[in-house]
Amino acid sequence: MSDIIATDVVIVGAGPAGLFAVFELGLLDIRAHLVDILPRAGGQCSELYPEKPIYDIPGFPIVTGQGLVDNLVQQIEPFHPTYHFGEMVVSLEALGTADKPAFRVQTDAGKTFECKCVIVAAGGGSFQPKKPPIAGIDAYEGKSVHYAVRRMEDFRDHNVMIVGGGDSALDWTLNLHPVAKRITLVHRRDEFRGAPHSVNSMRELVEAGKMDLVIGQVGSLAGEGGELKTATVKLNDGTTRDIACERMMPFFGLTMKLGPIADWGLNLHENLVPADTEKFETSTPGIFAIGDINTYPGKLKLILSGFHEGALAAQKVHRYVYPDKKLTFQYTTSSTSLQKKLGVN
Amino acid sequence: MAKITFVDSEGKSRTVDAEVGSTVMETAIRNSIPEILAECGGACACATCHVYVDEGWLAKTGKASAMEEDMLDFAFEVKPTSRLSCQIKVTADLDGLVVNTPGKQG
Ligand SMILES: Cc1cc2nc3c(=O)[nH]c(=O)nc-3n(C[C@H](O)[C@H](O)[C@H](O)COP(=O)(O)OP(=O)(O)OC[C@H]3O[C@@H](n4cnc5c(N)ncnc54)[C@H](O)[C@@H]3O)c2cc1C
Ligand code: FES
Repeated sequence: MSDIIATDVVIVGAGPAGLFAVFELGLLDIRAHLVDILPRAGGQCSELYPEKPIYDIPGFPIVTGQGLVDNLVQQIEPFHPTYHFGEMVVSLEALGTADKPAFRVQTDAGKTFECKCVIVAAGGGSFQPKKPPIAGIDAYEGKSVHYAVRRMEDFRDHNVMIVGGGDSALDWTLNLHPVAKRITLVHRRDEFRGAPHSVNSMRELVEAGKMDLVIGQVGSLAGEGGELKTATVKLNDGTTRDIACERMMPFFGLTMKLGPIADWGLNLHENLVPADTEKFETSTPGIFAIGDINTYPGKLKLILSGFHEGALAAQKVHRYVYPDKKLTFQYTTSSTSLQKKLGVN
Repeated sequence: MAKITFVDSEGKSRTVDAEVGSTVMETAIRNSIPEILAECGGACACATCHVYVDEGWLAKTGKASAMEEDMLDFAFEVKPTSRLSCQIKVTADLDGLVVNTPGKQG
C-alpha cells in the first residue's frame, strides 16, 4: 500500500472552478491534488472555446477561454498543486465520520488517494469519447472496440479499423501501423482536418499499398462473443463493403457525461449535485461541490459563481483539516502571512 | 419572426417561432427541442447541434463553411443535407424552414 497518495484535498475536475479552489485552499495552508480526464487544465474553457472571448470575468473586460485558464494556472502556481491529467476519478469511498471525514479516491489509471475532503468540481461531467450509434457496438466495447489506446500490444497482428478524420484518428493510424496486421482508415469524406504532415504520411502509406483508406461511414458490425470480425461500411455511392477487422477505434470527439459521480452516494438532482450556499457542502459531510456541477436555489452556471463557491468551501474545509486552528479573515493585499504563501513577500 | 419546424428522429414535429438574427440552434434550445444538445453553446466546437435540412430548403440555408464541414466529422450519420444548426442564422427568408434531428448527438 506504499503508493497511496496522502493529501488534504482531492479536487475532481481541473476546470476554472477546480483551479481557483486550489488558490483559496492554498491561502489557508491546505494542499490539493487535481484530477481530470482531459490531458490539460481548463475544462470547458480550453476544450470547447479556447479562442472565444469571455466578457464577464470581473476585472477582465475581455479574455479568451484559454487566456483565462493560463492565468488561473499561473495564479495557483505558488501552491504547487499536483495535476493528474488523463485520469478519471472512478470511486469515492468514505473512511471517516461526519466530524472527522476522510476519503479514499481512486482513478481509472489505478491511483489511490487518501484525503480529508473532496471537492467535486466536475462541471458538465467528465469529457468522454462519443460513442457512435452503431447497432450492437456495446457488445464489442472493451474487447474489440476501443476509444483510447491503453496498450499498443492489444492491437498487434490484428486488422484494425480506425474511424474519423481528425488528429486522434490520424495519429493512431500512424502509431499503430507498425504494430497492426493491416490498418483501414474509414472517414466520411476524402478531406482531413488533422495536421497536414500526418495527412501526408497517411496518404503515402496508402499509395505504397501499406494501409487502406475507405471513404464512407460504418453501418454495422459482425462478430461473436464480443470479438469483432467484420465491419460493413456504407460507401458514399450507396453501396456497402465488408471489411475484416478485429479491432476498431472510433474517434468522434468528446462529450460531457456525468460519469461515475452518480455512484458516489451523493444526492443528485437532474444530474447535478445539490449543495448548501454557505459552504457548498453536499449531502455527505466533507464532500463539496462547486462550479457547474452543483445546484442550489438561484444557481447561475457562470465562471464567477464557481470562484465564489470555491472560496466559501475552502473555509469549511479548513475546519476539517485543522480542527484546532482558528481562521482569521485576511486580505492578500495587506496580510504579510498571505503574501509569504504567495511568494511575493 | 420566422417559423421553424423541427422533426425528431421518431417523426414528431414541433413548430416554433424563431427570432431573425438568432441561430437555428438557439431557437431549438430556447424552445427545449429534444435531440439538440449544443454542448459548446454555438462555438462550432462540439457537433452536438447536428441537423438534416429538409431537401427543399437547402438552397436557402446554403452550404456548410469549411470550418463547419471539419466539425461535422465529429457528428454521426452525416448526410449531404447535414448542417450544424448553430451555424445557420435565421433570416426572414427561412420562414417555414424544416429541419430533422438525428437520434444521437453525443
Ligand atoms: C461555448 C461556451 C461559452 C461560455 N461562455 C461563458 C462566459 O462567457 N462566461 C461564463 O461565466 N461562463 C461561460 N461558459 C460556462 C463556463 O465555461 C462554465 O461555467 C465553466 O467552465 C464551469 O467550470 P467548472 O470548473 O465548474 O467545470 P468544467 O469547465 O466543466 O470542468 C470540469 C472538469 O471536470 C472534469 N471531470 C468531470 N468528472 C470527472 C471525473 N470523474 N474524473 C476526472 N475528471 C472529471 C471534466 O473533464 C472537466 O474538465 C461558457 C460555456 C460554453 C460551453
Ligand atoms: S453548438 Fe456546438 S457545434 Fe453547434
